[in-house]
Amino acid sequence: MMTVTVKLFAQYRDGRFKDEKIEYAKGTTAQMVVDALELEGVSPLGVLMVNGRHVDPSYHLKEGDEIALFPKIGGG
Amino acid sequence: MADLIYRVNMTNLSFKIEEVPTEWMGLGGRALTSTIVAKEVDPECHPLGPNNKLVFAPGLLSGTSASNSGRNSCGAKSPLTGGIKESNVGGTSAQIMSKLGVKALIIEGMPKKNAFYQLHVTKNNVEFIEVPELVGKDNYAVLDAMAAKYDKKVAVMTIGRVGEMRMNLANISVKDPGGKLRSHGRGGLGAVMGSKKIKCITVDAADYKEVTIADPEKFKEASKIFTKALQENPISGQGLPAFGTNVLVNILNEAGGLPTHNFREGNWEFAENICGETMAETIKARGGKTTHGCHAGCVIQCSQVYNDKDGNYLTSGFEYETIWALGSNFGIKDLDMIAKIDGLMDDLGVDSIEASVTLGLAVDAGIVAYGDGEKAYELLSKDLPQGTPIGRIIGSGTHVLGKIYGLTHVPTVKGQGIPAYEPRAVKGQGITYATSTMGADHTSGYAVATNILNSGGYVDPLKKEGQVELARNLQIATAAVDSTGMCIFVAFPALDDPKCLPALVDMINARFGCSLTIDDVVNLGKTILKTEHEFNIKAGLGKADDRLPEFMKYETLPPHNAIWDFSGEEIDEFWNF
Ligand code: SF4
Repeated sequence: MMTVTVKLFAQYRDGRFKDEKIEYAKGTTAQMVVDALELEGVSPLGVLMVNGRHVDPSYHLKEGDEIALFPKIGGG
Repeated sequence: MADLIYRVNMTNLSFKIEEVPTEWMGLGGRALTSTIVAKEVDPECHPLGPNNKLVFAPGLLSGTSASNSGRNSCGAKSPLTGGIKESNVGGTSAQIMSKLGVKALIIEGMPKKNAFYQLHVTKNNVEFIEVPELVGKDNYAVLDAMAAKYDKKVAVMTIGRVGEMRMNLANISVKDPGGKLRSHGRGGLGAVMGSKKIKCITVDAADYKEVTIADPEKFKEASKIFTKALQENPISGQGLPAFGTNVLVNILNEAGGLPTHNFREGNWEFAENICGETMAETIKARGGKTTHGCHAGCVIQCSQVYNDKDGNYLTSGFEYETIWALGSNFGIKDLDMIAKIDGLMDDLGVDSIEASVTLGLAVDAGIVAYGDGEKAYELLSKDLPQGTPIGRIIGSGTHVLGKIYGLTHVPTVKGQGIPAYEPRAVKGQGITYATSTMGADHTSGYAVATNILNSGGYVDPLKKEGQVELARNLQIATAAVDSTGMCIFVAFPALDDPKCLPALVDMINARFGCSLTIDDVVNLGKTILKTEHEFNIKAGLGKADDRLPEFMKYETLPPHNAIWDFSGEEIDEFWNF
């Protein structure tokens, strides 16, 4: 197992949390975190960052990673 | 009834109404203001002198029922940048001008007499009214006076005391449908209006007609598709209405691109205090409005009404850029304090970006402590409108303050303060800041969309590859959109939904009975940029002005230790089209 900090933003926070340390099995991908939290039922995934860098949903999480999940958002 | 050009001469207080020259027929908004400024204003003139002109032009689709088409453009030579300027705004002025058949209002000359005037524009007439009772008053007092005098729908464009004093950060404020204010924010256009001794312009709403549509059926059909694209897109349909533009605080913070401590770090430990999510919760708890349109017909409604703890109005149109600048960049952790200052800036009529970036630099100058909101409020509410020496220094904007205090860490391009996105960590946006004809302007080519938000594809924000091309394509598209009268947020669905842009072009064709293609629209964007660029070159702005501040080349930006690493030649590639 490994501990990962999951941060949620915008509509993804509704009924969930802002940030939480969660244990995942080794080999967990970013997409598996999104699926487990059922985020895409709320709104399509817009941006996925790990440790402040954009990554692909197939990214394999590592112990201590911080994953940030945003629905499609914009502004200007 | 064909649209007409209203030309006002302030030197002898006269006006004429002119037919639209053929070459201006297909132009509106920014395309028209920039074309008129480039053709009629001497690029070497003093921006506050008699030879500058102030031009207002509603967009091509303004006044129609097309969603989000109510933006008005204002153009002139900018006292802040010394180059050409266009700034567009919602509110009620674009729709009323269009319905009255005013294709452009051109204001030239300057009165010899030391008096301020109101211009009242009606069908085929412009009245010049001396308004001594409004001198020394700020924007809300002007709105009240105009509401007492006219039909409540009258459009009002006004300046506060800061504009009367011709300060660089003065904006032109425009009444919105709720009776609050929107701004032609950047570039000191309020100072140009002040130099012409115009306190306010009113446009009569009483005798206008609906704009004519060449093919109403086709228009209706295209308009339906367009509105649906706006509503179905997750950004314009969900994110923007729920959280406003301030939803950007957290994502920029996460990406290390949220300028902090006057552009020294890329993230801020207190971002959560001021972010869009916190703002939306606060608004709901206090009975404000999370969704609100800056003009009638906006289906996105990114604006909001923000109340204080007791439910009293503090501000509206509370934008990310202002919240960022007073927040992480200047250090105020309390959203209520930021809202109070935002509301004050509306009333004073100052560019909330320039004023707040200047406050960020004022910390370096030792004028105010980082995060001292009370002192910032005092400087803005007392010194600035009273025109004390320190008030005038702040009122001159970031660049001048940096000069006066001998500072080198000054975040400006072409004299205009850099907004809200760290160029070292959002490099495509950095290219836009460097090359924009407007000085550092996030709205002129929003590369944040593709660098950070995954809209219109993805280009790695920390790498150089692809950024020049991205910024170029976005600036071309933006120049075209700014000419239609559309709010720039239609760009989000346009980037991701293939039905959106064709529907927009179809609406233009149906309105005017023409047959433009998407390529024609792109070419229009290119022509506008080139016209503006040429004006700037003639005004004395060269390649060396298309550069970011030097400190960004030698100060690394945490957390990614990013640096601005583009050579001059690489930046200049931007203009190869
Ligand atoms: S989306 Fe926002 S900026 Fe655009 S027209 Fe609506 S309220 Fe104004």
